[in-house]
Amino acid sequence: MAVVVFAENNAGSFKKASFEIVSYAAAIARMMGTSVTAVVLGSMEDAVASELGTYGAAKVVKAADASLDTFESHAHAKALAEVAKSEGAKVVVLANTYAGKALAPRLSVKLSAALASGAVALPEINGSFTVLRSVFSNKGFANIQLDTDVKIVSLTPNSYKVVAEGSAAPVENRSLGISAVDFKSTSVEVKTVTGKIPLTEAELVVSAGRGMKGPENWHMIEEMATILGAATACSKPVSDMHWRTHDEHVGQTGITIKPNLYIAIGISGAIQHLAGVSGSKVIVAINTDKEAPFFKIADYGIVGDAFEVLPKLNEALSKFKAAN
Amino acid sequence: MKILVCISNVPDTTTKISFSSDNKEFNKAGVQYIINPYDELALTKALELNEAAGGGTVTAIHVGQVDAEPNLRKALAVGADDAVRIDTAPVDGFFVASEIAHFAKDKGFDLILCGRESIDYNGGMVAGMLGELLDWPSVNVITSITTSGGEAHLERDIDGGREVLKAKLPFVGSCQKELTEPRIPNMRGIMMARSKPLLVLPAATNTAHTQVATYAAPAPKAGCKFLEPSQVEELVQLLHTEAKVI
Repeated sequence: MAVVVFAENNAGSFKKASFEIVSYAAAIARMMGTSVTAVVLGSMEDAVASELGTYGAAKVVKAADASLDTFESHAHAKALAEVAKSEGAKVVVLANTYAGKALAPRLSVKLSAALASGAVALPEINGSFTVLRSVFSNKGFANIQLDTDVKIVSLTPNSYKVVAEGSAAPVENRSLGISAVDFKSTSVEVKTVTGKIPLTEAELVVSAGRGMKGPENWHMIEEMATILGAATACSKPVSDMHWRTHDEHVGQTGITIKPNLYIAIGISGAIQHLAGVSGSKVIVAINTDKEAPFFKIADYGIVGDAFEVLPKLNEALSKFKAAN
Repeated sequence: MKILVCISNVPDTTTKISFSSDNKEFNKAGVQYIINPYDELALTKALELNEAAGGGTVTAIHVGQVDAEPNLRKALAVGADDAVRIDTAPVDGFFVASEIAHFAKDKGFDLILCGRESIDYNGGMVAGMLGELLDWPSVNVITSITTSGGEAHLERDIDGGREVLKAKLPFVGSCQKELTEPRIPNMRGIMMARSKPLLVLPAATNTAHTQVATYAAPAPKAGCKFLEPSQVEELVQLLHTEAKVI
């Protein structure tokens, strides 16, 4: 009755979201008095895979079928379901990334398992199994009760602290017999954005709105993001006017994020925008209008003109970074 | 092509969300309902695909109660040929996917499109579940689609980039922003929608895997600490020493 966790294989290595969910799965396993089996699909060195033990996996099952190097929801769901069944999994944990969102629903049907997507906290297990997830695009939360024997939880990135206390785990290599017929769609090309931190994974986010007056002024935002090692984001009007691409749009109809730090520059804070970012741990708002709704949910605020504040703030951040 | 579009009925994006005093229910009083914005993209793209192919039909399906019918009529006004409402109170994503799969399985659809997620329960699971229930491919968060010769060429968002891929019809796609601009009904469409068929069917499966035990409102914020525009160095120090985020 193990807890099985799917650790995404990012071209032979792991991202932080995978360490988070292994730590999360380990905490669930402790509640249930069982252990964690981590599953890795596709090519990866054993030494890298065994690292998941550090975060609480008792063992790692690796299916290095080369075909699994390309993500496809049907084939990956089949592979993961096979391991979950052989391990007698009662709980399966995934990260609520794009890959996790594609995989979890298919897995849910395959295993006749209830799915709680976008969980933000550990489940409560006492007779029933409930887990907190955000609903209404972060304007509220719901405790979801999972009523099936096997349960699937996908965890929103940045919702659980990585715990590195264990040691390397044994790696069991398996062949799951996944073949070309299991792939229901064919990947033609993967275009990875390089030199830019993906917004959904970012711990620090610098975001700007119409107050920037035009796309030509975004160099100040990008400069701050570079200094901090942050991702850039924007409000809906900015993406609607094509000042920035849609993948930067955070808010109710864009991306929902919960970074450690969200700096909002020249964004008034419409309810739809706040919904997408209110899960951020610390919010800084810079706006000319002291009545801007963003100040109601911000931790730190500066009432001032972005064109005046940004150059000075970038300089101060540069100085800080150079000294620390 | 024969295309099925899944429509969810959601609170308007400006809605302030509140719950009953026992936290068991979402307060629906005074809430305006709209077609889920991502489903509007699915509907518009279905119409565009058929226009490009020179013909076809678009059916809009909703699993839910009679109060969603104005939005189904709106889907008809935008251009859907007919609409279907499965008359039941949906419980979770699996419940909805099972009803739609049951309806769609023997109808010969070439394509099913849904939104990437509903903006109320944000489960984002109906497309994948439909794919699995029908044993079709499912492709999430598509930002581009064209079809030719029984095959679709797609682009979709992936973690840290974009993927170009192909899928054979029939399949299920979930629609992401950038796919198209939602179409607004015109007067002629609104007039025609009145006489288009809206079929009401009983629920067939009535199966849920989950239920909402309780709701909770977000914790209130402690309040904003204001600094002067000249105090940028103080702000940096506060972020470092007090907030500990840099």
